[in-house]
Amino acid sequence: MKMIVKEEMSLRERMARMRVVEGSYAVAHAVKCCSPDVISAYPITPQTHIVEHISQFVADGELDSEFLTVDSEFSAMSSLVGSSAAGARCYSSTTSQGLALMWEVLYNASGMRLPIVMTVANRALSAPLNIWNDQQDSVGARDSGWIQLYAEDVQEAADAIPQAYKIAEDPEILTPVMVCMDGFILTHVYEPVELLSVEEVERFLPPYRPKNILDPENPKTFGAFADPSYFTELRYMQWDAHRRALKKIETVAREFAEQFGRWYGGLIDTYRADDAEVIIVTMGSVIGTIKDCIDEMRSEGMKVGLVKIRSYRPFPTEALRKALKDADVVAVIEKDVTVGNEGALLTDLKAALYNTPTRIPVIGFPAGLGGRDITVRDIRRVVDKAIAARDRGIEAEIEFLNLREDLL
Amino acid sequence: MEKLLAPGHRACAGCSMPTVINLVLDAAGPNTIVATPTGCSEVTTTPYPESAWRVPWIHSLFENAAAVASGIEAALKHFGKDHNVFVIAGDGSTLDIGMGCISGMFDRGHNVKYVCYDNEAYMNTGVQRSSSTPPCTSTTTTPSGKVSFGNPRPKKDMPAIAVAHRVPYVATASVAYPVDLRQKVKRAISIPGPAYIQVNAPCITGWSFEAGTTVEIARLAVETCLWPLYEYVNGELAGVKKIHVKRPVEDYLKAQGRYRHLFRMKGGEEMIRVLQQMADENARKFGLLYEGDVACTSGE
Repeated sequence: MKMIVKEEMSLRERMARMRVVEGSYAVAHAVKCCSPDVISAYPITPQTHIVEHISQFVADGELDSEFLTVDSEFSAMSSLVGSSAAGARCYSSTTSQGLALMWEVLYNASGMRLPIVMTVANRALSAPLNIWNDQQDSVGARDSGWIQLYAEDVQEAADAIPQAYKIAEDPEILTPVMVCMDGFILTHVYEPVELLSVEEVERFLPPYRPKNILDPENPKTFGAFADPSYFTELRYMQWDAHRRALKKIETVAREFAEQFGRWYGGLIDTYRADDAEVIIVTMGSVIGTIKDCIDEMRSEGMKVGLVKIRSYRPFPTEALRKALKDADVVAVIEKDVTVGNEGALLTDLKAALYNTPTRIPVIGFPAGLGGRDITVRDIRRVVDKAIAARDRGIEAEIEFLNLREDLL
Repeated sequence: MEKLLAPGHRACAGCSMPTVINLVLDAAGPNTIVATPTGCSEVTTTPYPESAWRVPWIHSLFENAAAVASGIEAALKHFGKDHNVFVIAGDGSTLDIGMGCISGMFDRGHNVKYVCYDNEAYMNTGVQRSSSTPPCTSTTTTPSGKVSFGNPRPKKDMPAIAVAHRVPYVATASVAYPVDLRQKVKRAISIPGPAYIQVNAPCITGWSFEAGTTVEIARLAVETCLWPLYEYVNGELAGVKKIHVKRPVEDYLKAQGRYRHLFRMKGGEEMIRVLQQMADENARKFGLLYEGDVACTSGE
């Protein structure tokens, strides 16, 4: 996060507004400030604190929302399909198995163009059962038609909520948005956070006034079936809305920065990447560690930089081409793996560069799976491997970071 | 009065489902939002860009209509809007795949009126067994064969499951008794909270009966006591449709291809006896007969 210090508010004043809160509280508080009409969620670790805090806001009368304590994540998303079609601003949160159980409804909600916003507290998928962080859950949902934003820290995860509604509810977009934050690492950490207020968010986010809703005064049919003569065009229109979202995400991020003085990048952000020979590409909370490591290496004279993916869907192809065109080598660190191929982000990134003059080695590192820590030492190893790939050619396109050979 | 489900939909000739829907909507009126799962009613009424629905209507998935309706009702409540919210669903989505969502909707006490048109199998996909298929019924996944009399299991008692959820209004109905069905829909609307109505809805292709006899078949189900008509209000049996002349189950079974094997196979008689016992038990349990009435025998 970069602080843009505005004249009317000194840094000292901003610091005074900060409170040390749990990541889940910051997100719940941001949700409250967006005044959703209906919230529907099912408890699952490590998402629980988010919905518990929201429930408390409702119980205390601080948030006037219908909170549905549903029987499953499947019902959570299904009920929001109904609420959203009835004209409600909707919110949910889930993770891992819960997101997997929602799978069918994810595609349905996006296909019906319902602008639901959901926080995904990223967690590994079973088997083996594992409650800790990686991003296999939301990365696996990359084709579901949802916009996916990934947060680097707690403040970004919270600030992404009003941004998500502004993107989703735009009549030119009308697409649901997932705000992804690393489970435990961000949901359970206590950090200084500048909390939003309802009044500020109301100035930023216009009220939701959908044109098409379930209304007996003007009866409409939602969810008709489309045969082969119509299906392609409806899918194309979704695809095209994502294309428009590329611009909208940037615009909304700028509008947010102008009002609140906080900027996280639009589709992507960069850190010391302008003259970097080695660029690491990643998304999520590991970015903090990488930035520290880059500062260390820079002080040693190594030209290393970072490109952060903020919007994974829509995929920021053009922005990445621009950001990576002068690099010598790219290393992708990602908390997922496509079993049978490679990391999903690695594939996407290589595809983005393919039809361009940029011909540089791109290597990938599935890392932090099931919650394994990614340390500064690990990042250094990635950079060493990248430099070796540049100097001596690619040895392995993909390598599991920190693989314990003794267990194999 | 203009029908709220327009003619021109693509249901089979002789299908009872559109009649059930129009009876429900006649009683509920235009101030109604309907959620429907994937199934016969959805595919025959809404081929994009056409729709037969003159009320606001939504279809999401096969197993989530009750959850979708919950969300609609919650939004309406939040906005202070007063519209009826109905689910109209088949037995496969109700008794099998949508069971969790329905249980949740009942449990949370949404003001949603759930109507199941029960044609006793997965008709849209080609007559496969559901948990609402009666015993000894031949379906495409429980076919009768040299060593099989068809579906080996009893019909799941969904109304009892609704009552167990403390759903304040639970009823059975039949397409052959339209006045009764409309009254039940109105009663369901008049009682706040969830309601469940299961309507016997013969399927001409799945049950294979003579064209033009849909209503007759439905009436036989009631008159044989295989389909008792009753209603529960706040967990108490509040009313039953009494039968003047109880017909033997053979009258119902022999009119349908799905039971033909019972009249041809060795041991079929014993199966028919089992079904007769079920009907007799219904008559006893719900008090369907007037005192002194006797069952007539086949052919009378």
